[in-house]
Amino acid sequence: MNERIASAFDLLPGYLAQHVLLSAAALALGVMLALPLSVVASRHARVRFFALATASLIQTIPGLALLALFYPLLLGLSAFTEMLLGVEVPALGFLPSVLALTLYSMLPILRNGVAGLTGLDPAVIEAANAVGMTPRQRFLRIEAPLAAPIVMGGIRTAAVWTIGAATLSTSVGQTSLGNYIFAGLQTENWIFVLFGCAAAAALALVVDQLLGLIEAGIARRRPLRIYLGLAGVAAGTIIALTSLAGGKPNVYRVGAKNFSEQFILADLIARQLEAAGATAQRRDDLGSAIAFRALAGGDIDVYVDYSGTLWTNVLDRRDVPPREVMLRELTDALAEKYGVVLLGPLGFENAYTLAMRRERASALGIATIGDLATDAPKLTLGADLEFLSRPEWRTLKNAYGLDFAAQRSFNPTFMYRALEDGSVDVISAFSSDGRIAALNLAVLSDPKHAIPSYDAVVLISPRRAKDSTLIRALTPLLGKISVEQMRAANLMVDRDNDKASPQQAAEFLGRAIGLPAFRGASP
Amino acid sequence: MTGVPIMTGAPIIAPAPIIEIVDASKSFDNGQSFAFRNVTLRVETGCFVALVGASGSGKTTLLKIINRLIQPDSGAVRVEGQDVAAINAPVLRRRIGYVFQGVGLFPHMSVAENIGITPKLLGWPAAEIATRVKELLDLVELPQSYLSRPPLSLSGGERQRAGVARAIAARPKIVLMDEPLGALDPITRDSVGSAYRTLHDRLGLTTLMVTHDIQEALLLADRIAVMKAGRILAFDTPHGLTAVAQDPDVAALMGMPKQQAERIRSILDGSGASGRHE
Repeated sequence: MNERIASAFDLLPGYLAQHVLLSAAALALGVMLALPLSVVASRHARVRFFALATASLIQTIPGLALLALFYPLLLGLSAFTEMLLGVEVPALGFLPSVLALTLYSMLPILRNGVAGLTGLDPAVIEAANAVGMTPRQRFLRIEAPLAAPIVMGGIRTAAVWTIGAATLSTSVGQTSLGNYIFAGLQTENWIFVLFGCAAAAALALVVDQLLGLIEAGIARRRPLRIYLGLAGVAAGTIIALTSLAGGKPNVYRVGAKNFSEQFILADLIARQLEAAGATAQRRDDLGSAIAFRALAGGDIDVYVDYSGTLWTNVLDRRDVPPREVMLRELTDALAEKYGVVLLGPLGFENAYTLAMRRERASALGIATIGDLATDAPKLTLGADLEFLSRPEWRTLKNAYGLDFAAQRSFNPTFMYRALEDGSVDVISAFSSDGRIAALNLAVLSDPKHAIPSYDAVVLISPRRAKDSTLIRALTPLLGKISVEQMRAANLMVDRDNDKASPQQAAEFLGRAIGLPAFRGASP
Repeated sequence: MTGVPIMTGAPIIAPAPIIEIVDASKSFDNGQSFAFRNVTLRVETGCFVALVGASGSGKTTLLKIINRLIQPDSGAVRVEGQDVAAINAPVLRRRIGYVFQGVGLFPHMSVAENIGITPKLLGWPAAEIATRVKELLDLVELPQSYLSRPPLSLSGGERQRAGVARAIAARPKIVLMDEPLGALDPITRDSVGSAYRTLHDRLGLTTLMVTHDIQEALLLADRIAVMKAGRILAFDTPHGLTAVAQDPDVAALMGMPKQQAERIRSILDGSGASGRHE
């Protein structure tokens, strides 16, 4: 317990600094865009209508989706600018996060700006005209100062929203306080989840109070308060900036998808790189499709993916060749099409499979997926978030004629919970998952070989294709990890009691396969 | 048509009019309804003119075409012999004081900043503005301690005094007043009104005041223009209007204060409405 809090605090400076910078940049951009727009909108009814409607529409897009949408958008832009100017635009990390959050922050600023400027007492406006002010003088001396407290109120709202929504930027590879939440959710480390929420909330409160000071200063014409508030905001941003400055040379960016095994393997890879004297940076919680594109686009340098996933999702193949053939063809095709190096398999498979509680399976007399077909209309399928939209599921469904009474998607952690408590009867399980053995689940066999093999393979970005440090550091991992070892490591993180962190599991795994870097680490 | 209203009554030694409105019309709703129609009005330097009429008679709109807060559809407006359409509106307005019914003080500025605004727009040096503001506070009989106070902390009468100070800060020759006393209680109204009349005389101002209160007009103005439905029915001295009013509307309006005075006298004498206060 204490150890988890301590490790959360260790990560805080980095996460907080990134979170502050991201929020500050997005808010600053949002203010710069929304303020002039609200001045124009307050004067032209048509602009007002379109600006407010668009901003409201953007607001209805879930934050996570808005962030995700910027990835393909920036990829396209990157291809365009590379063609035109020879410059690539980073499609992952800071840029998509800051753009999405900027859009998100605009509505409250715009709305309050328009309300502040259109809601002014007409008598005061007429007085400004009557004493001989030009339109410009009227705006600067009367309209802007009188609308300022309302505008500041909008900026405060925007700041609180932005700081909250910034936690989601973890999913597009931008480090933020959301890293606690996403990692905690995956590994059922609720301390982390709580810690992330509390840290984000505390930051939002502090910033809200500082901006409130400015607001009160403007409203009551107390310059001291305005300066104090501005100084607080500026100091926080500068501290965040300096703590992140002092750039690290030759940083390897290690990607991970959003489940425990990926966190453990990314940690293992990072440790290997650090042992070789390099610096590693983590990009966690990438979506399955985003991870490969991020690698191909050079936003991350290395990550672990699964042969079957690449085969069906990246190469768009529907046939299921034998394991060796698939690996060979995959290696060639990825190199040819994307310049991506498939360094080799790690040794274990993490296949999609269907699993049931053992007593339920035997009660129904189900041993294979073929047996399941008859009972499926009475059963509920629980799947992880992507399984039902993956081609493997369509193949499996068609091959066996599966037709379930209901299908539900879960975060993997909750999917197992749902199976345990009987909310679902069958789940899409992963063969390397430690919980299969721990929960005594029956894995249904695939007699028709409808699902391809899912060898865990190490992928390297085109930019690092010939990077000897990277290749030397990772080669010792190839073919070394057995499915039992991986399950044991996964279970350490996923089990309910006596949970370990992904770092501890990576250490265990490193020792288990005899890596020199892990020798002597205490058990 | 009884013709364009012209100045009647006792001829004064007539200098050239400082404000001249000639055959001006202003319509709203694309000519559907008129605020005023074919109005001509000439005001001489130093004159205190009251524009009297019911709400909707067009008196405020007529006032606002003088400093171009509203543009007339047709007709000419001249100030000191110059066509106002040829003068840049902000420049024109800085030359003419303006007092509002709702006072219109800027709530985010101190009393001193409010009073000094037009001199500031005219680019006066700060020291000169400060001296002028102090002088104006004395002139409108407000204590110097009000300099740094926000306008909302003042009483209604004090605010209107500050409003008058703001209007005359840059030493205009003309002051336009739109129901300046309308929002004040009767006692304050009387004291602010007569204090302004004294200022008007002392500073040699020309004042055009819009009011719906005929009694106020009678007590303060040198001349009264009676407006109804966008026309000036009569323009004369108070005495001239009460003595020789031919128009029935004007006669009714002018007769009212006298009737009220008689009623009040009879109440006070105890000869009528006995027991009213029990």
